[in-house]
Amino acid sequence: MTPTQPAQAAQATSGLDEKALLEAYRTMRTIREFEERLHLEFATGEIPGFVHLYAGEEASATAVCAHLDERDSIASTHRGHGHCIAKGVDVKEMMAEIYGRVTGSCRGKGGSMHIADLSKGMLGANGIVGGGPPLICGTALAAKQQGTGGVGVAFFGDGASNQGTTLEALNLASVWNLPAIFVAENNGYAEATAATWSVACDNIADRAAGFGMPGVIVDGFDFFAVYEAAGEAIERAREGGGPTLIEVKFTRYYGHFEGDQQTYRADEVARARASLDCLKQFRERVTASGRLDAAALDGIDGEVAGLIEAAVTEAKQAPTPTADDLTTDVYVTY
Amino acid sequence: MARTISYREAVNEALRQEMERDPSVIVMGEDNAGGAGSPGEDDAWGGVLGVTKGLYEQFPGRVLDTPISESAFVGAAVGAATRGLRPVAELMFIDFMGVCFDQIFNQAAKFRYMFGGKAVTPVVVRTMYGAGLNAAAQHSQCLYPVFTHIPGLKVVLPSSPYEAKGLLIQAIRDNDPVIFCEHKALYDMTGEVPEDSYTIPFGEANVVRDGDDVTIVALGRMVSVAEEAAAELARQGVQAEIIDPRTTSPLDSDTILESVENTGRLVVVDEATPRCSMATDISALVAQEAFGALRAPIEMVTAPHTPVPFAQTLEQLYIPDAQKVANAVKKTMDWKK
Repeated sequence: MTPTQPAQAAQATSGLDEKALLEAYRTMRTIREFEERLHLEFATGEIPGFVHLYAGEEASATAVCAHLDERDSIASTHRGHGHCIAKGVDVKEMMAEIYGRVTGSCRGKGGSMHIADLSKGMLGANGIVGGGPPLICGTALAAKQQGTGGVGVAFFGDGASNQGTTLEALNLASVWNLPAIFVAENNGYAEATAATWSVACDNIADRAAGFGMPGVIVDGFDFFAVYEAAGEAIERAREGGGPTLIEVKFTRYYGHFEGDQQTYRADEVARARASLDCLKQFRERVTASGRLDAAALDGIDGEVAGLIEAAVTEAKQAPTPTADDLTTDVYVTY
Repeated sequence: MARTISYREAVNEALRQEMERDPSVIVMGEDNAGGAGSPGEDDAWGGVLGVTKGLYEQFPGRVLDTPISESAFVGAAVGAATRGLRPVAELMFIDFMGVCFDQIFNQAAKFRYMFGGKAVTPVVVRTMYGAGLNAAAQHSQCLYPVFTHIPGLKVVLPSSPYEAKGLLIQAIRDNDPVIFCEHKALYDMTGEVPEDSYTIPFGEANVVRDGDDVTIVALGRMVSVAEEAAAELARQGVQAEIIDPRTTSPLDSDTILESVENTGRLVVVDEATPRCSMATDISALVAQEAFGALRAPIEMVTAPHTPVPFAQTLEQLYIPDAQKVANAVKKTMDWKK
């Protein structure tokens, strides 16, 4: 293969430098490894409750959060592990939380659907579909009032795109001209119900027009497409230009939750994994353009595998909460 | 220095003084300034009953009008509270909790516990409740027991102008989510209120009147109804002790139990409907913790188990009055095994 010219190579990889590319790959790989491992571990019966896996959707959280810093906050969904990792929540603490351990992000009181780290601006995975968008109006309002230049990003699914909370939040964000970005992650299904059936318009992004904001559709398997769309929206928001609705389209690799037999959909996953997969595309793009060599990416793969292995081992060995923890942390004072 | 002002003015003054003291305090709600987007006044209303009137003029960037979109702006207040602001959101009528409850009870109330004690959400939701203005079934309810049921929320029911100011300042400074319930029929009630800022701690009941014969626990607007009944009972030689819990969560059980230990009789007066209410909650508390002290069955004076009616005749029958309270007291006094 002929090496690409430097200018073209930079363009093909959205102008990201080597360090940023490696970091993006590491984040996506960490999410994938985390989720693939949970898929296996859940089947052993050792993980309590429910887990909703983000595998297949890594490019969205990673590319959006690549633009964010400590001024910024995000709200997430049931399918929140990827958003947590991309916003910098500690992976070992996340794993311990999913195992219900006292060393977890939430001391074992939240679980998979409620992992949060407010010190990182991560307002939590959310057990309520459509719970996050109103909260993000608030974090964006705080950033605006305090003049930090920060933004709020609400990740939500195609299911939440039909919730009144989401639509109200879109309207309020426009009315108040908030530095907010709404990322509709359309993976095709809300639980077992197809978005083609439950969303009354062709695209979720079409709804943006009704709220006086730009609506953008991007290929969610393409890290660089998401990166560029998010970058433009976030920059506009930081400069006082108001909110944007970005619809990211892709497929989730696993069921709604682990254990879901997925009889409602044909085998679109195998096709996506083989040809569209975000990690595969990213790897091809950065190596073909000569920005990174495969060995560097392989090295990250190895490091990430080690991290996840350690996270699982440590989580399994960590202590569980005790009776003393049952009634604490309800109030600051009472 | 104290002077006489109304309950409405007391709420307004608490907001003003806290906004002056702390730049992180913001106020938001439907028509909280009023007139947004119109060619007339920018501060047209100050909320539907004028409680926030004048704040916009003094703090123009910090009093925010909202669309009629309770889920969005109550949720925004909650989100902003996690990022360093101290928002006071006005949920116009408590009945509208139905359209934004998720943001209150699944989000704000649970953050601290769900996130392992690492979240602080200092948000106040001010809301008007209660019957008496012929506003009928969807604008008149007493839904504070629903909030009281939820771990993670604090619930406040000021019964006078003095309580309104001190409890609201406490609510704004408090680091937990607070539901601050203002009885709409009390807004014109006047009373002595210190000009200076002060706080009334949560979970400390006020003994409004001393008495040895019967304990009356009354909430919100029912405190003055109980006082009216107690004055009549005193003329008949019955001395009622009146306790105003001031907050239903936390609830000052000690003061209630100590009083019943002394009087041996309990009447709970609550404008809310009777099932799963503060009346049943306080009755259960006393039955469990002070059973041996009781000299008569506990009496509850509440609204009936119906929606709030519209017609004046029906609404008057619906709301507990002093006569009903006096009758309940007499029943406990006359009770024989």
